[in-house]
Amino acid sequence: MNFDFSDDQKFLKSEARKFLDANCPTTRVRKVLDDDAKPYDAELWKQVAEQGWLGAAIPEEHGGLGLGHIELCAIAEELGRAVAPIPFASTVYFLAEAVMLAGSDAQKAALLPKIAAGEVIGCVAASEGPGPVSASTLQAGVSGGKLSGTKLPVTDGDIATHALVLAKEGGKAGLYLVDLSSGVTREPLKTLDPTRDAAKLTFDGAPAERLGGAGEGFALLEQVMDRAAVLLAFEQCGGADRCLEMAKAYALERYAFGRVIASYQAIKHKLADMYVKNELARSNAYYGAWALNTSAPELPVAASAARIAASEAFWFASKENIQTHGGIGFTWEVDAHLYYRRSRQLSLVAGAPRVWKERLVSQLERRNAA
Amino acid sequence: MDFNDTPEEAAYRAQVREWLEANAPKKASHDDGEGGGSMAASKAWQAKKAAAGYAQITWPKEWGGPGGTPIQQVIFNQEESKYPIPPNPFQIGLGMCVPTVMTFADEETKKRFVGPALRGEEIWCQLFSEPSGGSDVAAARTRAVQAPDGSGDWIIDGQKVWTTGAQFSDFGIVVTRTDPDAPKHKGLTMFWVDMKDPGVEVRPIHQMSGGSGFNEVFFTGVRVKDSQRLGAVNDGWRVSLVTLMNERLAVGGPSGAGWAQFLEAARGIAGIDGAPAIKDQALREKLADWYVQTEGLKHTRNRTITALSRGQTPGPESSIGKVVSALQMQDLANTAVEMLDQYGIINDPELAPLSGAFHGSLMYAPGLRIAGGTDEILKNIIAERVLGLPGDIRVDKDVAFKDMPTGR
Repeated sequence: MNFDFSDDQKFLKSEARKFLDANCPTTRVRKVLDDDAKPYDAELWKQVAEQGWLGAAIPEEHGGLGLGHIELCAIAEELGRAVAPIPFASTVYFLAEAVMLAGSDAQKAALLPKIAAGEVIGCVAASEGPGPVSASTLQAGVSGGKLSGTKLPVTDGDIATHALVLAKEGGKAGLYLVDLSSGVTREPLKTLDPTRDAAKLTFDGAPAERLGGAGEGFALLEQVMDRAAVLLAFEQCGGADRCLEMAKAYALERYAFGRVIASYQAIKHKLADMYVKNELARSNAYYGAWALNTSAPELPVAASAARIAASEAFWFASKENIQTHGGIGFTWEVDAHLYYRRSRQLSLVAGAPRVWKERLVSQLERRNAA
Repeated sequence: MDFNDTPEEAAYRAQVREWLEANAPKKASHDDGEGGGSMAASKAWQAKKAAAGYAQITWPKEWGGPGGTPIQQVIFNQEESKYPIPPNPFQIGLGMCVPTVMTFADEETKKRFVGPALRGEEIWCQLFSEPSGGSDVAAARTRAVQAPDGSGDWIIDGQKVWTTGAQFSDFGIVVTRTDPDAPKHKGLTMFWVDMKDPGVEVRPIHQMSGGSGFNEVFFTGVRVKDSQRLGAVNDGWRVSLVTLMNERLAVGGPSGAGWAQFLEAARGIAGIDGAPAIKDQALREKLADWYVQTEGLKHTRNRTITALSRGQTPGPESSIGKVVSALQMQDLANTAVEMLDQYGIINDPELAPLSGAFHGSLMYAPGLRIAGGTDEILKNIIAERVLGLPGDIRVDKDVAFKDMPTGR
């Protein structure tokens, strides 16, 4: 049994933490939060590229470090902990994973080295309005290699160079790779988490290359989502653990009625509940990491479980961290809301937990067929 | 990251498998479900394991064990659980009581007890909880006073409760009050006692679930030798902490009806509109949550096993098991019973799904949430020992035991 990070992976993780402690304190995250004109931290993005993190799981032949997905999970956890204001998930978990999964040799050769170098920023354009997008509601269309339609919200759509777009062509849904240098209009959107911006993209004849087969759009997007879900789960675990640390630190220094509030069972049990949820999330995330790294047939189930557990843990920890802080936790100045916001962003960006629960049970029904 | 054995572990597993294939029972023995129904089979299996060096694998050679590693014990348990083995009534004795005796008793006593306990010939129980103190073990009122005849013997009077296996135990370790004038933690003394002493009376407790797995144990003028004392006079609290530290590795799997049984049942039961209940979105969401919790616990155990395999001390994450699983058992069983609508009222194994497994869990779950540490105590333990938060304010810490407020 070898169900944990290895010593090398732990070293990478601790180096990543040191780097982010030095280069991504929340004072820096707040520069993006407080400045509407600043969609992300471009300087940090450059530094992260220099660290090689963008290409951690990209093979060396395509300009990456060729480490593997467990290493990428370790980095993801630290980025989540730091609420890093960069388009890492959009670019690495979605675009790079999609290209590695379904791209042609030419597409891989064209995009992966640029992703690893930080020259490409990705985004996923699937949603078109309230509620999950489905075959019956999908409007965006491709005809003669040109994409038309409207997508919102597209996280990082305002800064991305390339998009993964769900659209139909001749009645069949496909997943398309779109270069955003022409044929697209971008309108920034106000978001729950301004440290992760989003936009409305209107396509008008943008050149689109299909990834995978015609009619495979939803299936392929699900595969990409499975991979992203595991990586996002590590970001969520990192954020949830940080919330527990913040709540604990505050509870140990705040006095009420002559005692530190950490000595009251109402607070102790709240923090114990956080710990339990965080550990359940971590254990599910580890299983997801194993399935992702080995391309196991269990990946869809493992990814669903990882996403559900991590979404629940981060939501609970982020809201109860504010509650533990009391009034001061509701102020703009205290960092608790950065995590509350990020927990919402991460829970929604790859589809809401409700949707994943349905996916999970459908798969369990098939797996446990009578 | 993988689930593979190291070469040494694989070799040990192969050896265990070979032995089990040759020796383990292939057919389940009759069991009354309360741990005592197949005692002869349990004892025979324990003796076989002891002879082959598979009972208490981590015990050192001087205790009669093979001096194995925790991971070897885990491997054996994993493989053993694939066979219909009889219930294990020895675990409390071998896991908690006998190690306490081994730590504190004289050589003669150790020699006398360890072999028979290991071979399953003698069974031990742990006499800690009392009617006036369950979570608060240090509030024990059972008295031990020195006999007035100058023999050095002690006379024990009082009552213990929730004693697992007392009805078939040969010996027990008992926490007693020896100095009521001292604060409660400082006036306790531990003894081992012979459960066959005429002054010891065991009465089964009729549980709300209908079964009787636990007992009340009454001590009336039970005379014990001073040589039966474990540790110094009035040092019983420290001794009991040694007992509790020896609790077995919490790497066992789940038991009872879980998400998979719920899924199976929900396929065959009509839902609100006549379609199978499994189509009900509210039930599907709950099913997803239970699956995720169950997997989370399973892989938390895998993290613990990984630490053992690497020769490390497992992290505190193993402490979350019961607080999650007991509550889940109650929630899942209740949802399953409610899924039956009015029919859920029927608690008859002949008529209820899965031979009444959900109904059984529903009625057993309240006990599981209390036994071995209540939900509340377990959360205190996580908060204090894992997260390092302060202990509760103790109003009884520096008060003489006899002056403590007691309610009733």
